[in-house]
Amino acid sequence: MATLQTRATARFMMSPAVILLFLWMIVPLVMTLYFSFLRYNLLMPGTEEFIGFLNYQYFLTDPAFFTALGNTLMLVGGTLLITVIGGILLALVLDQPFFGQGIVRLLVIAPFFVMPTVSALVWKNMLMHPVNGLFAWIARSFGFQPIDWFAELPLFSIVLIVAWQWLPFATLILLTALQSLDGEQIEAAEMDGAGAISRFIYLVLPHMSRAITVVILIQTIFLLSVFAEILVTTNGGPGIQTTNITYLIYMQALLQFDVGGASAGGIVAVILANIVAFFLIRLIGKNLER
Amino acid sequence: MGSITLQKVSKSFGTTAVIPEIDLEIDDGEFVVFVGPSGCGKSTLLRMIAGLEDLSGGRIVIDGKDMSNEAPAKRGLSMVFQSYALYPHMSVYGNIAFPLKMDGQEKSAIDKKVKDAAHILNLTNYLDRRPGQLSGGQRQRVAIGRAIVRQPKAFLFDEPLSNLDAALRGNMRLEISDLHHQLKTTMIYVTHDQVEAMTMADKIVVLNAGRIEQVGSPLELYRSPRNVFVAGFIGSPRMNLIEGQEAAKQNATTLGVRPEHIRISKTDGAWKGTVGVTEHLGSDTFIHVQVDGVGKITVRTDGDFSTEFGQQVYLTPEPARLHRFDPNGQAI
Repeated sequence: MATLQTRATARFMMSPAVILLFLWMIVPLVMTLYFSFLRYNLLMPGTEEFIGFLNYQYFLTDPAFFTALGNTLMLVGGTLLITVIGGILLALVLDQPFFGQGIVRLLVIAPFFVMPTVSALVWKNMLMHPVNGLFAWIARSFGFQPIDWFAELPLFSIVLIVAWQWLPFATLILLTALQSLDGEQIEAAEMDGAGAISRFIYLVLPHMSRAITVVILIQTIFLLSVFAEILVTTNGGPGIQTTNITYLIYMQALLQFDVGGASAGGIVAVILANIVAFFLIRLIGKNLER
Repeated sequence: MGSITLQKVSKSFGTTAVIPEIDLEIDDGEFVVFVGPSGCGKSTLLRMIAGLEDLSGGRIVIDGKDMSNEAPAKRGLSMVFQSYALYPHMSVYGNIAFPLKMDGQEKSAIDKKVKDAAHILNLTNYLDRRPGQLSGGQRQRVAIGRAIVRQPKAFLFDEPLSNLDAALRGNMRLEISDLHHQLKTTMIYVTHDQVEAMTMADKIVVLNAGRIEQVGSPLELYRSPRNVFVAGFIGSPRMNLIEGQEAAKQNATTLGVRPEHIRISKTDGAWKGTVGVTEHLGSDTFIHVQVDGVGKITVRTDGDFSTEFGQQVYLTPEPARLHRFDPNGQAI
């Protein structure tokens, strides 16, 4: 865009799309903000009135809120841990030349194409089921007591399912990073006397740091709003052991019909997501600049 | 401390033999250059000596010990790569210190050696920088620094100057030669540029299609090339290779005469020709002459000789400096 005129034309041409996207974003946000200051319960129609910050007060002082916040962080952190470490290991394996590489790579990526609800149901009924599940069968064939996953380790089970879905994504991004590593650097390190582990620590890991950063950033954004896996498997239970912020808001809105409270929760979630994003971007910005 | 012997070394990828079989002696402290056209196997040979490629056959003996199957690090050699292969996220200091750190040396000892190497290579002011912030020549020096701190038995250079511009290449050529005189360590240098080979080497190994065509000092190769390939490869501008009637007069299939061994005159001489393109270098002038019945001949003359396109000139080759080759391309 060389001249002022072309720049102005370009802006004009882009404006319909930009305005539409802006409205798409701002209307729901403003409506949520508006509802969050109302007493608005679907079971008591006609009683809507302005109540200030009361919805926020109820939501933030609800003991379930802190449990949900903790669960959200555990879910995000646990999944990140498994996918990043697992992704690095898988990428290292897939980077090696072996027979049937193409097909194996395709298979590794496959879980990413399965819908969250479907994969959660498969895990719940075919793998983790205490009677019919594969894990229970394995445990029994070794003479152990099968684990009732969703009753004994509910949050860990959810983490496992979500991590299984996101592992391919991490693997894929880390694999491409690994493939762009200069072979001569590795050879130089080999001549410098670096063993496989030193080469990994001093060369491969720093080379992948940018890709790891991207994986963490993108996954965090999506993992903050995990919902389908919880709804399909545990319904937030037992008790509220697997209720995250998203699920808590869903309960407010569609189980208790408290639109005002849910809206306040939604705004709180937006603020929390922004705080997380703020720290992540600062942490990661440093990494990306290099 | 640093003699290398190749015994019947061969390399094949699948069924294609890249290097059929090579025997070579490299003495301690020698500067040996492997030179040849691209794809002649010179880099592969160097990588085999380094231990980065497996041998398909034969033995590599370093300092009297068979190192054919040793890991690269155990051979006591260091290598400067064509792309320099610096570690991009480490500072210059970190790069040079890396081999010492991997060797498990003391911090203070490492510090001293790195500073010494940096001093030799004029890198003292750049130790905190990252490779990305350095110019091509500086990166080159860091790569050399990383190679010398280990005090290896021999240095291996894989076309180290091919990414530099012409002026810098000339400088680095001098610096590497200087370094060789300072350190007196064996160096093996791979290049496709015969000028680098001629200027730096104690011993040149001319390779073609995985075979050694000739081994010798630069002037030996220049004065008495063993075959047509070496004759055409060594020397710039290239030797004129004449076939046909003119060669038959001298009882040869191919007749070679270097551009600097032809006298050019405007009045009389053995061959009559027409001047084509003239290249003025200032000190020298290269004149491309179309000679009837002989073909295109390049002549090198001093910078003051002036001709015009299309002018008639006479050429006389110096009889003592003619190279004669038989039908197999071997020197007679």
